[in-house]
Amino acid sequence: MAALSSRRGRGLLRQAFFLLLVRPFLALVIGLNVRHPERLPRSGPALVVANHNSHLDVLVLLSLFPLRLLPRLQPVAAADYFLRNRWLAWFSTRLIGIVPIERGGGTAHRDPLAPVEAALAEGAIVILFPEGTRGEPEVLGPLRSGVAHLLQRHPQLAATPVFLHGLGKALPRGEALLVPFFCDVVVGDAHRWCGDRRRCLAELERELTALAAELDRPEWN
Amino acid sequence: MTLPPTPVLATLAAILVLLVIATIAAAVLARRHPGPDATNLQLRVRTWWQMVSVFAAALLVGRTVSILFFALLSFLALKEYFSLIPTRRVDRRVLFWAYLAIPFQYLWVSWEWYGMFLAFIPVFCFLLLPVRMLAIGATEGYLKAAGTLQWGLMTTVFSLSHAAFLLILRPAADPARVVGPGLVLLLVLLTELNDIAQYLWGKAIGREPIAPKVSPNKTRAGFLGGLATTTIVGSLIGPLLSPLGTAASAGASLLIACGGFVGDLNISAVKRDLGIKDSGTALPGHGGILDRVDSLTYTAPLFFHLVYVMERWQTYGGSVWWRP
Repeated sequence: MAALSSRRGRGLLRQAFFLLLVRPFLALVIGLNVRHPERLPRSGPALVVANHNSHLDVLVLLSLFPLRLLPRLQPVAAADYFLRNRWLAWFSTRLIGIVPIERGGGTAHRDPLAPVEAALAEGAIVILFPEGTRGEPEVLGPLRSGVAHLLQRHPQLAATPVFLHGLGKALPRGEALLVPFFCDVVVGDAHRWCGDRRRCLAELERELTALAAELDRPEWN
Repeated sequence: MTLPPTPVLATLAAILVLLVIATIAAAVLARRHPGPDATNLQLRVRTWWQMVSVFAAALLVGRTVSILFFALLSFLALKEYFSLIPTRRVDRRVLFWAYLAIPFQYLWVSWEWYGMFLAFIPVFCFLLLPVRMLAIGATEGYLKAAGTLQWGLMTTVFSLSHAAFLLILRPAADPARVVGPGLVLLLVLLTELNDIAQYLWGKAIGREPIAPKVSPNKTRAGFLGGLATTTIVGSLIGPLLSPLGTAASAGASLLIACGGFVGDLNISAVKRDLGIKDSGTALPGHGGILDRVDSLTYTAPLFFHLVYVMERWQTYGGSVWWRP
């Protein structure tokens, strides 16, 4: 009972954080142009798969959903980075609601995807950045196989690809100074297990590239 | 909170009545001829409601809020511009400094520092932003980067800030008289009216394109019809809203009609150069912020300087610039 009420309290804090800080900040400083928001999943378990260029990516993705779905949204993030000290760990788990995973692949004893599967089993909408890292700003890196493994293990699970543009210009890796830019979000159609891991990844990559092609992206080099 | 003079309130009330009529007309039209055109018209009118509400509220609450409103407008327009144009990765921090010009420019307005207001962007930003770029030292694409940066600041910050400077003008003969809100309302109302009138006259009787290469939808009849409409309305409401007489109001209206037309074409040419149709999606039915303030980037400075030379103002010549 106590656990339940503290969990509800945590959910309220998280909702207040997004309602009062994150959303007004994104609306004023960034400004989002969202295409096809109707394609986003409306219930869990589901996967949302996005390209990754900036720490802002996760705030933007979490803000795309109605506030009441916020408790269900769980972004996957690297434990070694986001739990590296008490304050960051509190912020990451309480306010952002991350599922921490170990980077660098599994061992014979530990399956790195186990925490993600546990969240999915509870009906979460899991947000995943299959590039694994923010990498070069505004460049789509190679996708890692974790998402394909998840789709293989849960053939009924759908992964919705989302392409983000501009956030890597606003706040790229290695920069602490935020420079305002309007940003684009393009949501694609959901993908399911297609029978082959490599083909699944190639399909998702193709889809993200196709979503990027919907936009007029000015030169930035 | 002191309310603006009665003519300002009456004009705002008249605009509300017009919006109600437009809303009903759009709804009737959507009933009779459903389709994408009617839906777009309804969307446009709905966005007009939002824009008018924000503008009217900014004007009614008082001087600081009105100035902040124009600062926000400049910020959104500059952000849209920087998001549309090709920029260099190395200039990310330079763009940050360019954004910082906005609070300063509007601070000069609020301080009534006329000389600095005029010199800050065309002189100091023009000279100093390249210094930041030189510190980075990338020369490939340097001229294009420095040029587009300054163009954006001039268009979205310097030009638009003239609307805010109108707000703080005080007649030298009677400094206690509040004329700013009336002048700003006159400028914005005539600019938007001219946009709408040009569009409607063009749709109704327009045939010959006036600038086929830049904006094929603009017609000679549209331009002249807008000019006539704006001049008639302007000479009627100008004397009510501002210290200008009927003849001066007619002159100001002509200037706004011509300036608004050029400002519109100016942004059209930029969009054509960049290969885009709308500057953004911030204002549903209208496009982006730049699509809406394109005319104002020309009419605001032109109208301001006309008004500035027609009367003697307390800040004239920069003699009184500090008034905390």
